[in-house]
Amino acid sequence: MKRLLALITLAALLGGCSSLQPWVKPYERERLADPIMAFSRDNLPERHRDHAREVREGARGATGVQGGGCGCN
Amino acid sequence: MAATDLLRRIGAFVGSLLAVGGARALDLPADKAEALFHSYSGGGVTANGPALLVRKSVADTVSLSASYYLDAVSNASIDVVTTASKFRENRNEYSFGADYVYRDSQISLGLNTSREPDYTANRYSLDIAQETFGGMTTVSLGFTRGSDTVLKHDAPEFRDAVTHWQYRVGVTQILTPRWIASANFEAISDDGYLGSPYRVARVFGAAVPERNPRTRSSRAMNFRVNGDLGSRDALHLSYRYFWDTWDIKAHTLEGGYSRYIGESFLADGTLRYYRQGKALFYSDNAQSETTYVSRNRQLSTFNSIGVGGKLTYSWRKVPGKYEIKFNGSYEFVRFKYDDFTDIRTGSLYGYNANVLQLYMTANF
Repeated sequence: MKRLLALITLAALLGGCSSLQPWVKPYERERLADPIMAFSRDNLPERHRDHAREVREGARGATGVQGGGCGCN
Repeated sequence: MAATDLLRRIGAFVGSLLAVGGARALDLPADKAEALFHSYSGGGVTANGPALLVRKSVADTVSLSASYYLDAVSNASIDVVTTASKFRENRNEYSFGADYVYRDSQISLGLNTSREPDYTANRYSLDIAQETFGGMTTVSLGFTRGSDTVLKHDAPEFRDAVTHWQYRVGVTQILTPRWIASANFEAISDDGYLGSPYRVARVFGAAVPERNPRTRSSRAMNFRVNGDLGSRDALHLSYRYFWDTWDIKAHTLEGGYSRYIGESFLADGTLRYYRQGKALFYSDNAQSETTYVSRNRQLSTFNSIGVGGKLTYSWRKVPGKYEIKFNGSYEFVRFKYDDFTDIRTGSLYGYNANVLQLYMTANF
């Protein structure tokens, strides 16, 4: 029942998408293109920080950083 | 059954997003070089070394990248000094990547190999990103397959393997001309030898080799938002929830602030809080015999608080040609364990760590 409700809600939301228009035009995105607004600015320092955390914490993943494996535990 | 159902729903959602694709094309990643010196020291471990990365487009639609990363590790951590002797070793990592952009889509292939004397890890990955909804939404899907070989010093009879599967999906959404948000989900499954052949557990006070399950599956959801505050400054917030089949649950909260100072400087400040609960089979000193037992403090109950700062100096800039920047960052991290005893003192363990990065970037 819950799943059915979830599906109906999802379908209703997506149905709404068809009439939804992009509300931030390309010429309004100048501020978003600034490096201070990027989720990831530089690759190597991100990988270093992610690696230093991943070998010490139980949690992992969904950081957007692609690293390599190691036996550093 | 539930997993298939979930995948089908995600597929339907992604499909519907793709169906409203806009006309704006994705940009190929910019040509860039990075040279980094990194250093980590804390809890008796120091790991440092150089890393290099070069990214160059070879045609209008393809960008290639290659990187090298060295970790020179000196390990005298609490696990090592209480059960073995200090050691030094190097880890060399090589990565290659290729990105292909066609209209609103980007396809990325990655190869990565990491080598230590007693551990080899290989990864390959495929990621697809699709810009849609007039360029306001970017949907990404990715997959990584990894295979590791585990060896043990002075024990040629020991050889084991691990296989990893990683699946990820993400959405980045422009909310307003000043705010952007992203949601990422990643599922990781491991199969094989998931412990350390050197580490010991404690059962009734006696040291025994640790015994870990040979499978693990984890899920992580990460929500991020960046906002332009209007005075050449920005706010960053993120929250990640993690859970796995070993019963570890973790929360990560991060906040940051960035601000330009004058024409040449950019300053960043970050604050990070991490907290996790222990794995089912983790025990500081087990009081019963169980199939699995570990005293790996990575699987214990602990929290860490990190405070960091970064300064970027734009040295040379010729618009449209090149830009060279120098960067320095430092993070102080405090680890505090709730159920891991320092057996040298009998009190709960904790330590401070220093993470330093000095690097140069060049866009050309």
